[in-house]
Amino acid sequence: MNELLVTLDDLTVAFDDRPVVDHVNLKVHRGDILTIIGPNGAGKTTLIKAVLGLQKPTRGVVSLARKLVIGYVPQHLTLESTLPLSVKRFMMLTGRSEPDCQAALSKTGVGHLFNASVHHLSGGEKQRLLLARALVRKPDLLVLDEPAQGVDINGQASLYELIRQLRDELNCGVIMISHDLHLVMAATDQVICLNQHICCSGHPADISHDPAFIETFGTQVAESLAVYHHRHNHSHDLHGDVVEDTSVASPSGHQECSGHAHH
Amino acid sequence: MPIIDAVLDDFFWRAMIGGLGVALVAGPLGCFVVWRRMAYFGDTLAHSALLGIALSFLISVPLHVGVVLTCVVLAVALVLFSRTRALATDTLLGILAHSALAIGLVTLSFMPDVRVDLTGLLFGDLLAMSRNDLIWIYGGAAVILTLLATLWNGLLMSTIHQELALVEGLPVERLRLVLVLMFSLVIAVAMKIVGVLLITALLIIPAATARRLAHNPEHMVGLAMVFGFIAVSGGLSLSWYLDTPAGPSAVVTAFLTFLLVYGGAGKARA
Repeated sequence: MNELLVTLDDLTVAFDDRPVVDHVNLKVHRGDILTIIGPNGAGKTTLIKAVLGLQKPTRGVVSLARKLVIGYVPQHLTLESTLPLSVKRFMMLTGRSEPDCQAALSKTGVGHLFNASVHHLSGGEKQRLLLARALVRKPDLLVLDEPAQGVDINGQASLYELIRQLRDELNCGVIMISHDLHLVMAATDQVICLNQHICCSGHPADISHDPAFIETFGTQVAESLAVYHHRHNHSHDLHGDVVEDTSVASPSGHQECSGHAHH
Repeated sequence: MPIIDAVLDDFFWRAMIGGLGVALVAGPLGCFVVWRRMAYFGDTLAHSALLGIALSFLISVPLHVGVVLTCVVLAVALVLFSRTRALATDTLLGILAHSALAIGLVTLSFMPDVRVDLTGLLFGDLLAMSRNDLIWIYGGAAVILTLLATLWNGLLMSTIHQELALVEGLPVERLRLVLVLMFSLVIAVAMKIVGVLLITALLIIPAATARRLAHNPEHMVGLAMVFGFIAVSGGLSLSWYLDTPAGPSAVVTAFLTFLLVYGGAGKARA
């Protein structure tokens, strides 16, 4: 087993006593690509902010490997237009050398923008700049919040391919949030379906069969990913409450939560 | 040195030299006010300077010390209050700015034996620049410029993107505190020249003017210093020849420069 980078132990983050991330347990090793999926408001961003140390846990523990270098690609790069800034300067603020910065930009496909102003970049170019900035720091862990936002369809597939390549080159762990289910399925080792708590988790091939997944994303999405359904140890009624179903053994290859918090 | 003495004995040149010192620190800090959208915050601190003056008379400490301390206390109180999120930040700032100003004025009115030139404090006074003030201005400028030079990359990064800066291990909260302390200091040193009501203008207008022509952060800071000095020296000259109040004259000069640059300069650069 590779080096353990991140452990979430019973992590709960609550705002005004309303849990946004609820009793999440998670481990990420070097070389893992972990994708978090889930509906809006499921606590995905809050979860990774807790990993990044940007959000204090209400309960539970986030433990990181010692001297862990994290590369973070936030959801949006919102920059104050009153601050004149070139791509080169933004990269060099990492403290890395100019050739390193140039190489990182070339790797993510925006090397030609070295001297451009950051205020003139398109959404996709900004995402690639952020990715370059994360990887020039030679991270042990790459954390990406919807990296393909603002990127066109062709670009999306190559962006996920690039992330997988970077994982191999840097030998780092990757945690990402994504909505692009079918694209993610090809590029990830493990998927976590988050809806405050972890609804189900496992290998992408298994998870697309999971009723909890189907319930969260709808039959249409699930059917576009897989046709096979298996039975499940619990289901949700119309109010989202858990209806226990004891007659089934959990299939191999993925896990699901043993019970939901009742609302 | 007789020449230096002759220059320093002339109150007009004392004010000019003081103005240069103020422009040197108002430039970079003005850029941070613009970049971090702290205009109202700066205004609140500046208004509280009058409370600081009143308190200085009350407990007999030097004016500058009283002003710096009052600004620091208010700034820390603001940071703590805004964390509770009971009120929107601009409401909170509005309450504190005007309350501090009003309490300062009321307190001063209770001290009839203290002779204060209120107009001078509020709008600046060309004649008020003493040698002691010059020592304060250049001492303060030395501290501020040293801090800025040492912490520049960290301050810049935490201004560009706070979350990235945090993930990269920068002490974002401490940097914010240092910035607030520098604001308090610059208000204390600039107060004599432009007056407490117009300090924010002297921070913002030169920086905004510089933005039009600048292509990187340091360039913008340098230009803001130049525009700041044009504003202060222009204002003092107006005040000297036409007997106008120093602070408003400096702000009018800054505004004219702003209009000229935005009207005259070609396409905006990024």
